[in-house]
Amino acid sequence: MRAWRRGAPGDERAAPLDLAADVRARRGVFELVASLEAAAGQVVAVVGPNAAGKSTLLDVLAGRLRPDAGTVRVGPRLLTGPGVHVPPERRRTALLGQDPLVFPHLSARENVAFAPRARGVPARLARAEADRRLAAVGLDGLGDRRPGALSGGQRQRVALARALAARPDVLLLDEPFAQLDVRAAAGLRELVRDEVRATGTTTVLVTHDALDVATLADAVVVLHEGRVLDRGRPLDVLGAPTHPFTAALAGLNLVEGSVEEDATGRRVVAAAGVRLPVGDGAPRVGSRVRATFPPAAVTLRRDRPAPGWSTTVVDLEAGPTGVRVRTAGDVLVDLAATSPQLAGLRVGDAVTLDVAPSAVTVRVADAAAAGSPVR
Amino acid sequence: MTAVGLPAGRSAADAGSSAQVRPAATAPALLALPAALGLALVVLPVVALVVRAQWGTFVADVSSPAAVAALGLSLGTALTATAVCVVLGVPLAVVLARLHGWPADVLRALVTLPLVLPPVVGGLALLQLLGRRGLLGTALDAWFGVTVPFTTAAVVLAQVFVAMPFLVLGVEGALRTAGTRYDEVAAGLGAGRWTVLRRVTLPLVAPGLLSGAVLCFARALGEFGATALFAGNVPGVTQTMPLAVYSAFNGAGVSQGAAVALALVLVAAGVAVLLAARAWRPGRAS
Repeated sequence: MRAWRRGAPGDERAAPLDLAADVRARRGVFELVASLEAAAGQVVAVVGPNAAGKSTLLDVLAGRLRPDAGTVRVGPRLLTGPGVHVPPERRRTALLGQDPLVFPHLSARENVAFAPRARGVPARLARAEADRRLAAVGLDGLGDRRPGALSGGQRQRVALARALAARPDVLLLDEPFAQLDVRAAAGLRELVRDEVRATGTTTVLVTHDALDVATLADAVVVLHEGRVLDRGRPLDVLGAPTHPFTAALAGLNLVEGSVEEDATGRRVVAAAGVRLPVGDGAPRVGSRVRATFPPAAVTLRRDRPAPGWSTTVVDLEAGPTGVRVRTAGDVLVDLAATSPQLAGLRVGDAVTLDVAPSAVTVRVADAAAAGSPVR
Repeated sequence: MTAVGLPAGRSAADAGSSAQVRPAATAPALLALPAALGLALVVLPVVALVVRAQWGTFVADVSSPAAVAALGLSLGTALTATAVCVVLGVPLAVVLARLHGWPADVLRALVTLPLVLPPVVGGLALLQLLGRRGLLGTALDAWFGVTVPFTTAAVVLAQVFVAMPFLVLGVEGALRTAGTRYDEVAAGLGAGRWTVLRRVTLPLVAPGLLSGAVLCFARALGEFGATALFAGNVPGVTQTMPLAVYSAFNGAGVSQGAAVALALVLVAAGVAVLLAARAWRPGRAS
């Protein structure tokens, strides 16, 4: 497939275009006020909890929802603006959602050939292009299949090939891996990365998954309750989370509080129900800080007295290392399933937590971030 | 489920409950009686029609010039009326399916009206509109010298009037079930509204369109009341099969046996239409 692309360079878009959106949109009581930029050919991930405004943002970009104010620009074209609203069919923004929505009355080949035929390519050439694109997504020889005779993963591959066949300026992906099993999702994730890179398609990827952010995205935007909480390179955003959602996405505990000195002269970050030891390198007493540390670095003991702070068990669930214990104060503890501390542990039990100061990263909460709606 | 081959001492009922998985939802046994009565009420009259037919004169009855003319007229007008219903009713259904709230309810009620009116009232209404002294009929007569009533065109109009709701409601239901998600996908792929309608919307509702058209044709074929009032009973021009059956029954030159014979032809036509529709329905296992 690479050879075909090099052989016919004019077949794909000559130059990728950048995307810039800055919009305000209302849906009932919900209001989205967000901006988003994607450099030409970049993949920007949009993450956030449910009802953060991710789908509203995509609907605005796709032209399904006209915002109350603001602009959407792709390259030199203004798609949405004062007095301007280009309808979906002329925006060149293809959308691929959780549900592949492959046309059930058309074969895989005719599905992929749909966009070329809609823009006037003769049927024979459109089908030939569809076959090449099906081969590129690993569905060589399955062009005659009806959607009903394909697996969920295969249908999503058809939908990806179909979206790319529209040669969109911007590809909008709305949790495209959410309904697939782990293996099919992994294959498609790789495919999306390869195809998006090969075609240089500017892409907006809405996701719940840190894996997508870490492996696919050039930039990430964190949405929460209709506002942008954070944005930047994935490593920067995930490495220094400013919000519990981002911290959870990165798999880190986030404690926001002020530096205090305890009775023994140790410096701790104090927050509701938490007294996190941070060592002598920490900022001066009284500073507002954010401390992050991995759940696996936390030790949990049930015999008191012990070093650390006292709290209670709020929830027990399966975790990446065996068992994840959620405690009051929103600190997660990951324990091996073989940990002797787990025997007989129940919700409501009193426990003592401790963390080695070397496992904790402390950052001074800056003024700008302090004003953001963090808990 | 039979008792054959079962170990002694076990009844067939025991075997049924232990060896076979029964569907969780079964109808109460008490329903069997009214259900059988309902079926009998529908089937027995047709059975009587077949049993009482005078098969000796059947061929002569249905191949008489009047019968052949009536059959030809019935098929021709019913097909024409179905075509008119498809051409006008599909756009109406699309508009109806894309409306929301009270305008949709009002429009749907209007479209359904011919379904709840006695056909004779429909014929009367058509006369008031298109009769020589009607709302539009006066102008048509004065300006173009056209009179609609008592022509073959009047037969088709009467059939369109009574059959249109079947097509519109069938297609509208299919459109609402299909939803607009696929249309949105197609638009996102760059397809204009006509392309979306032609390549996505209509193919997706093809089964609904087909069954709507079949019901529409069957209703047009059986139309009697509106036709009798608005188009009359002129052999070869407006005397369709139902009217021929009625005339034959009233003894206008023919026997009641002829009426039964003609009625049987209509029954056969109805059964054929239903079977054809089942065979052609795509994507449905029979």
